[in-house]
Amino acid sequence: MIPLVWYLIVAAALFCIGLYGVLARRNAIGILMGVELMLNAVNLNLVAFWRYVCPTNVAGLVFAVFVIAVAAAEVAVGLALIVAIYRSRDTVNVEEVDLMRW
Amino acid sequence: MLNQYLFIGILALASFAVPVIGIGFAWLISPKRANPLKRSIYECGLETIGETWVQFRVQYYIYALVFAVFDVEIAFLLPWAVAYNRLGLVALVDVVIFLGILATALAYAWRKGALRWS
Amino acid sequence: MALQIAFVIFSLIALIGAFLVVTTRRLFHSALALVLSFVGVAGLYILLEAEFLAALQILIYVGAIAILIIFAVIVTRHLMDPKARAFNEQWWRAALVAAGLFLILVFTIAKVPWPVSEAPLPTNVIFSMGSSFVGTYLVPFEVISVLLMVALVGAIIIARER
Repeated sequence: MIPLVWYLIVAAALFCIGLYGVLARRNAIGILMGVELMLNAVNLNLVAFWRYVCPTNVAGLVFAVFVIAVAAAEVAVGLALIVAIYRSRDTVNVEEVDLMRW
Repeated sequence: MLNQYLFIGILALASFAVPVIGIGFAWLISPKRANPLKRSIYECGLETIGETWVQFRVQYYIYALVFAVFDVEIAFLLPWAVAYNRLGLVALVDVVIFLGILATALAYAWRKGALRWS
Repeated sequence: MALQIAFVIFSLIALIGAFLVVTTRRLFHSALALVLSFVGVAGLYILLEAEFLAALQILIYVGAIAILIIFAVIVTRHLMDPKARAFNEQWWRAALVAAGLFLILVFTIAKVPWPVSEAPLPTNVIFSMGSSFVGTYLVPFEVISVLLMVALVGAIIIARER
């Protein structure tokens, strides 16, 4: 049997890689990909805890499904915003989209 | 339980191996004397005119969007369908409401012409 | 032993894919690496005996979300310019923050005594999920459909060409 800790460490590494992508990318689509990696890490944690801590209660799995659905909605709207920004400002670089910055 | 996945793993390895062996063996034994004419594109279409990375239409994205939303719906409908026999009428009404809300979204997309390729 | 080897292989697929996502200069290649990472995580779900989640991971993440991202890459044209900088000037600070968080998380994970249960896996997991969708989690279930509707309508309004 694989120890629970292994899964948690892999999920932590996935989360931190995603965090780096979110912080370091200049491209808005790249940032969204980082967010997806972080959501995947969270899902991995949820499923690992379900399996090892209380397998009789499906709450972990149900929440993972909800997270997947919310991630799909988030990506749909986020990418639509990026496409709209690209069309009106001709850039997807988050450093150049600074109308509301002071 | 997990042992059953061993067969899927073996199948995946075999299906990876077939093209790798084929291409690798051809690369290993074939004579390599290239000249510009030999390396030119043939049979697979014409040489491109202008940039290869052209901008595609937003319509592609909208199609993928509608697909994604109804793909997510499967995640909720399949467990319900598995449990259907023991759930009764109230569960059916719940799922009909769920589908009704999503059908409204589809009707909106349809009415706005998001599904039309003009 | 075979389980551990499979775990290491799938984690390496997931982590190497994720690493390529955040380091590749070309966005299209990062989108492909994202698919690799998703497949690795699906393998980990299978090792956790959550087959349904693994199927959903392939169906929704690889089949829908990755496709959405790839389509967004091809409808925004200038992205493919390989000469443009892919990372901002603060990338090394971001790397420090990420590495620091990873160390903190590993330290915490190693320290907490996780209450691992020895209970056997129930046989009808998908059945219990289905009945909890229309039972305990009825409100989130209906709200998700509203969320998906709003996402679809909003995204069409925002992205449509006028």
